[in-house]
This record gives sequence, structure tokens and C-alpha cells, in this order.
Amino acid sequence: MITKDEVCKVHAMTEEEKYALLKNVINDYDRKESNLIQILHMAQAIFGYLPVEVQHYIADQMELSVSKVNSVLTFYSFFSTQPKGKYTVSICLGTACYVRGGREVLNKLKDVLGIDVGVTTDDKMFSLSVMRCIGACGLAPAMTVNSKVYKQVNPNKIHRILGMLK
Amino acid sequence: MTTNYLLKRVDFIFKNENDWEVILSKSINRAPQELINELISSELKGRGGAGFPTGLKWKLSAEAVNAIKYVICNADEGEPGTFKDREILSRVPFKVLTAMAVCGHVIGAKEGYIYLRGEYHFLRPELNKAIVEFEYYCKEIKFDFSIKIFMGSGAYICGEETALFESMEGKRGEPRNKPPFPSTSGYMGKPTVINNVETLAHTFTIFKYGAKRFYDLGVQYSRGSKLFSVSGDTPKPGIYELELGMSLEDFVEEFGDGDTKAVQVGGASGFLVPRKRFHETAIGFQGKLTGISLPTGGSMMLFNSSRSMFNVLDNYLEFFREESCGQCTPCRVGCQQLLKGIKAVKRGEKNAQYLDKLLRLTETMQYTAKCGLGQSVANSFSSIVENFREEMIY
Repeated sequence: MITKDEVCKVHAMTEEEKYALLKNVINDYDRKESNLIQILHMAQAIFGYLPVEVQHYIADQMELSVSKVNSVLTFYSFFSTQPKGKYTVSICLGTACYVRGGREVLNKLKDVLGIDVGVTTDDKMFSLSVMRCIGACGLAPAMTVNSKVYKQVNPNKIHRILGMLK
Repeated sequence: MTTNYLLKRVDFIFKNENDWEVILSKSINRAPQELINELISSELKGRGGAGFPTGLKWKLSAEAVNAIKYVICNADEGEPGTFKDREILSRVPFKVLTAMAVCGHVIGAKEGYIYLRGEYHFLRPELNKAIVEFEYYCKEIKFDFSIKIFMGSGAYICGEETALFESMEGKRGEPRNKPPFPSTSGYMGKPTVINNVETLAHTFTIFKYGAKRFYDLGVQYSRGSKLFSVSGDTPKPGIYELELGMSLEDFVEEFGDGDTKAVQVGGASGFLVPRKRFHETAIGFQGKLTGISLPTGGSMMLFNSSRSMFNVLDNYLEFFREESCGQCTPCRVGCQQLLKGIKAVKRGEKNAQYLDKLLRLTETMQYTAKCGLGQSVANSFSSIVENFREEMIY
């Protein structure tokens, strides 16, 4: 089974090595259709996202149709067919965050980063996304950068949070 | 901290779990039928929101004849405003694991799965450690049961039990037709018990203290205690374990900020209760208490008078439109039309009577949608539109 350390190494890998690793993953999961979602998770960890070529490769290896693979991955919001930036900034728009100003924070983020939701900045640093309730309702509004959670954010805090990352 | 005795606080769920080995060993030496009877007499009902009697669920799966059966812990906590399951899994994971194993003993399953919400991936390392320790102990006492974690991938609908099975089988998380029910044909078509995290934690309490301690709490039809996730306009957001059957008036008295105009009970798929009905609303399962009684997954969101109910409804509908799996037409098209409709009324493009048309649409969805998602859109929609009609128009 592929380990977390191995995933960290993937950034230094060539395309061929990445495909070889993916092949190992698919074998580890016995090429079983019921393991497709785990395989997609690993593939996304290896490639950063799931472009059409990777979908084709998985479909071929597992003897599934590409449309089957595509229909499954597009169902789940965790999978992306677009490359992501180094930092994924997500703002929670669950009800508690929404009524406490999540929308204003989102607008500020769009302004500062100069991108819309679902888009990555040209320098490949930031991707912007919205998420549904993450269960931080007691500390709304919440946003996350990769897996770090920022609580009780407001439009004025955005510059500082993003500035610390650069 | 202020002390308030209006509501009866209970401390079962988060009480220490140091004795889980004892509870496990004791329980698996009892006859399955005895454990089922214990659960049935406790009148524990599912804490995910639907309120199906847990004892009956276990009984049906125990009676199903199959060499392979499964126990699944539904930790796909996605209802907006709910965060109790995350706390249970991070603070008392062994209670949940023990309960799963006892369930395995009762129904004759050797494998358990925790379907963990994708957003909760940070819980995974600690939970894995707990599972390793747990399985080690099971081996020691020669009890054959293993538990695996399955990570969700970001789809609210997968909290619906049959959609969850589909997802675990590597498919799109689209709900199945019922029947057959999970107790006879669940994960991989095998008999499956699927319980919410909190429900499992309560069974631990029942096996430890006996059914009576649990039954003595609460009121008729709604026995025991329940975790509530309190958020919104409140000075004390957080998780509280309270006795069921409490009146919403007392609840607001304790948790409100003095200006509470409405409470959303049960998240986006729940009901909005306006101030004038606080006194006649009790929190529990279909009881005949006073006035209406509401089932709940435990989300309690308070709104004060500065909040626009139009914005709240707009947010819910956008949520449903986004999370509808798209499989059945009433839900897929209905959610879109409702969202378009209220925006059109707000902009003055449609007159106020159009709201009545939309209300009829939610009624249709309630009858014709395939699963709980589409059926429950009507709950929040009608309770908000009927009680705050003027806010929808002006």
C-alpha cells in the first residue's frame, strides 16, 4: 500500500514514474471496481488532479469505460479535473457562516486574488473554492487554507491570512 | 459560566470510556436476543434524524439469513449546523468501536466500516490508532471482528444510507429504491446494520448501565438524551447533551441572545420555528406532547432579528440544488425552480401568489422524490415561507 511519505515524493517524479506508481496503486486495490473511489483518491494525490489522460489510464487498467470513471469522479466534490494551486482557499458557506458574513469574505477573496470560484491564479499559488458546512458553526464564519482552519474571519483579516502564506 | 436549571443536562456520551474492554467482554458473552431486548426496552431511536428504533434495526438484521453481514457506522455528518459526531469520534472513539463490535456479535457480522466524512480526514490518524488497539484487544479475547475506515469524497447525499452503500461500492452516491431495506440487502447486497455515530455511542451507555437508566430520561416516544449542536446567534455555541422532550421556549431561554426570532431545528432539512410557536414546540420524535413535536439530528441554529429569513432560505435552497444527486426529476428540477422562484418574487418579477405555487411544488417533491433529501426540502421551505412571508416579498 502506498504511504504518505511516498505521496510527498511525487512532486519530484517524472510523468512516467507517476503512472508507474498509479499502476502499483491499482494493483494494490486488486483492480476491483468497488475500490474505484480509493484509487481516484490516490491518483489525485499523485497527480494533484485528475486530467482526462489519467481518467483514460485508470479506465484502461481497470477495464472500465472512461465514462464510468468520469461519472464517478464528477459526482464527488473532492475530485478535481483542473490543476490546483499550492494553496486551496475555501470559504464555508454553510448556513451559520453564510448569515454571519461568509459571502462578504468570499467577495473579498475574489477581489484580492483576482479569481472566481473554481479557478487557480496564474502563478499557480492559490485556488479558490466554496464548501458546505464543515461543522465550525460555533466559530462562524470559517475558512480553510489546505487543511488549516481559520475561524471567525472577516474581510479585513483576508490580507493578513494570505500575506502570511506568500 | 452561568448555571441554568431550565434544561436537564445529561452526561453520558462524553463520560470516560476507560472501561470499554469490560463492557465489550461482558456484552459479547450475553445472548444476542438478550441484547436486542435490552435495546428495544430502552426505546432508543436513531440519532441521525430519522428516528428508526435501533433495537428493531438490529433484530431485523440478526434474523436475516446470510453468512456475510456488515456493521456500518455512518460518520458522514453533513447536515449544516451539526458537529456532534466529529466530537464523539475524537473524544470517545472506543465507545463507538465497542458498540460496533457488540452489534457484530448480535447480528453475526465480522466486519465493520466507519464511513467518515471526507472533510473530517484529520480525524483519521487518531481513529486508526484507536482501531489498531481495539482490534488487538479483540484478538486477545478471541473475538473475531475488524473495523476499517472508508473516506467519503464530499457529497452530502452519501449520508443517506443507500447512497452511502453505493459510494462504498465505488459508484456514484445515488440512493437506491427501498425496499429492499439495508437490514436484508445493504452493503454489497448483504444484510447490514447502519447506525449513526451518536446512536452507537448511546448503545454503549445502554449496555453499560442497562436500559432503564436510559429509558428514565426523556418523555413518551422520545426516550433518553441527545446531543445538540448549538450555533447561530447564541452567546454559548457548542455541543450539549440534553434530555429529549424539552420545550423550545426553555431552550431559547437558555441559549438565546434575548432577541431570538426563530430557531432552525434539524439543519437545512429540518424546520424553522418562529418565536410565536416556541412555547408549543417540543424537541423529540413524533410525540403527542404539546402542539407540534420535531424530530432532529441535533442541529439547533438560532437567528436573531437582524437576520434576513430570505437569505437563510436562499442559502438552504442553494445547498439543496448543489447537493441534489440529480437522479430523480422532482428533486433535480424542483430545487432549481424553487431557488429561481424565490429570487424572482424578491425581485418583483413574480407576484406574491407565486409563493403558493412554489409551496405546492414542495408538496409534490415531498410525495415523489426518491429519498429523504428531496422529500425534506419542503420542511424548511414551507416553514420559512409560511412564517416569514413578508420577508420573502419585500
